[in-house]
Amino acid sequence: MLDQSSEGYVTADGRQIGPVVLELKNITLRFGGVEAIKNISFDIRTGEIRAIIGPNGAGKSSMMNVISGFYVPQEGEIIYKGYKRAKMPPYQVARTGIARTFQNIALFEGMSVLDNIMTGRMNLMKSGFLKQALWWGPASREEDEHREKVEKVIDFLEIQHIRKTPVARLPYGLKKRVELARALAAEPQILLLDEPMAGMNVEEKEDMSRFILDVNDEFGTTIVLIEHDMGVVMDLSDRVVVMDYGKKIGDGTPDEVRGNQDVIDAYLGVSHDE
Amino acid sequence: MSENVLFALEAAANGLTVGIMYSLVALGFVLIFKASGIFNFAQGVLALFAALTLVGFQTGQVPFAHLINAIFGTNIHDFGFTMPAALAILLTVLVMILIAILVERLVLKHLVNQEPIILFMATIGLAYFLEGLGDIMWGAEVKRLDVGIPQGMSPWVDEVTYNLFGYGFYLDELSLWALGIAAVLVTALVVFSQYTKQGRALRAVADDHQAALSVGISLRFIWVLTWSIAGIVALVAGIMWGSKSGVQFSLSLIALKALPVLILGGFTSIPGAIVGGLLIGVGEKLFDFLMQPVIGGATENWFAYMLALVFLLFRPQGLFGERIIERV
Repeated sequence: MLDQSSEGYVTADGRQIGPVVLELKNITLRFGGVEAIKNISFDIRTGEIRAIIGPNGAGKSSMMNVISGFYVPQEGEIIYKGYKRAKMPPYQVARTGIARTFQNIALFEGMSVLDNIMTGRMNLMKSGFLKQALWWGPASREEDEHREKVEKVIDFLEIQHIRKTPVARLPYGLKKRVELARALAAEPQILLLDEPMAGMNVEEKEDMSRFILDVNDEFGTTIVLIEHDMGVVMDLSDRVVVMDYGKKIGDGTPDEVRGNQDVIDAYLGVSHDE
Repeated sequence: MSENVLFALEAAANGLTVGIMYSLVALGFVLIFKASGIFNFAQGVLALFAALTLVGFQTGQVPFAHLINAIFGTNIHDFGFTMPAALAILLTVLVMILIAILVERLVLKHLVNQEPIILFMATIGLAYFLEGLGDIMWGAEVKRLDVGIPQGMSPWVDEVTYNLFGYGFYLDELSLWALGIAAVLVTALVVFSQYTKQGRALRAVADDHQAALSVGISLRFIWVLTWSIAGIVALVAGIMWGSKSGVQFSLSLIALKALPVLILGGFTSIPGAIVGGLLIGVGEKLFDFLMQPVIGGATENWFAYMLALVFLLFRPQGLFGERIIERV
């Protein structure tokens, strides 16, 4: 029951973008009296790299949390794969094929890199725990299969050398990469990246940009990302949503957004008096 | 070897086996604390409740008999049959799982994201509730618990030590069993948490709630799982203590003895709980043995707490606990 009205478009670099996979309709999110998101609507298409940008406090992360189920909006609906999504806890959203990373890295610090990435496959493992405890054969074969997939992700993100290292000992940039690996291990349809390059140096940013493009290219994963570095955003993304003070002030290709007067004002800090 | 050294050794060996009982209770604390950051005051009462229920099933007691008789004027006490120990244990395990589910549904679910102190208060409430429930369900009198674990002096230890030293140690056979069972239990827990999917989920939740949610782990399921495991550990502790000194309501107070064990071993370490328990068990017996001529007996009542105080001064995170580093 996908939206057939528009089949998609072809990007400047010749990639075919598919129909809408997730649509946000009139989302409003309040914390007490504060409206963090004000009546925002936009859609995400299969295979595209969709960015959400905006000044600090614009409500970008809140938006990410709404999509991943960590926040439940007071108003509005989310249409995912053609159906209205029922109110559900974040772990169930994760099970529907939406994986994410966090602005302030949320890894399992006490576990090794490998174990961290293995947790990403939690939802794809079928053997229940009794089976794992009693009927060892099939369960351990399953574990091996998952292990294989995880090794592929590790190779893909070039982190073989730290496979067995406890995450707590890694530098910041590598932690970000491990978090991406864990999200990728879940083989998500939509990958949400909350500031994947925050706090990185130029070289690390280049690496991360390359990985994001490769993931999108190789696995066809739809990617939604929040990023502050304008250069990076404009280079990476196919379409950009611009937020300011909880409102959507722009939506379109990087070029369209760049020319939008509201966006320019928001970034240059024009006063908000009426 | 001089006689005093032998006596000291015997005291230490006895301490080891008392210590393992402390360890079993402390283990239940650690499991819940690791997974949810809750200090579960009700752990001792869980052990009491498990032991009461086990005896009740075994002897075919009618639950709430006193209440039923008072309301309906009947005079029933038991079903008139007894149950084999294995079946009774199995049923008690199911009851403990049921308690875990109810605790999650009725208490924890409503206190998500609350301060730890509030959750702690909730477990105090739970402790008193369970104690009262146990009383109404099964009665308050001291009960004999026998699941077939041999008791009394271990002839084997007596013989070996007699041949070695010319002096036979008196060691309770039950304590040796407790030692063995604790070893099996800990091994099973380690295998479970390291090599199964649910075990990995458990460690994940213990580490970071947000991240666990983002990979699709249900916190509520994990809470039920941990409380079930803690309930089963409590049952094991309850069986051991109950077989040794009868099932009585003072059993719930062993929770207080587990506190210094946790301070010694660290609140988040399973091996810590075991080693901490053993150290306190051996420590209090030896201290009592050595100091008795000087300051009199009954040091066992306070030795553990004193040791815990010393630890708090010099190593507040315990022997195995995570190092506390404050980033500024």
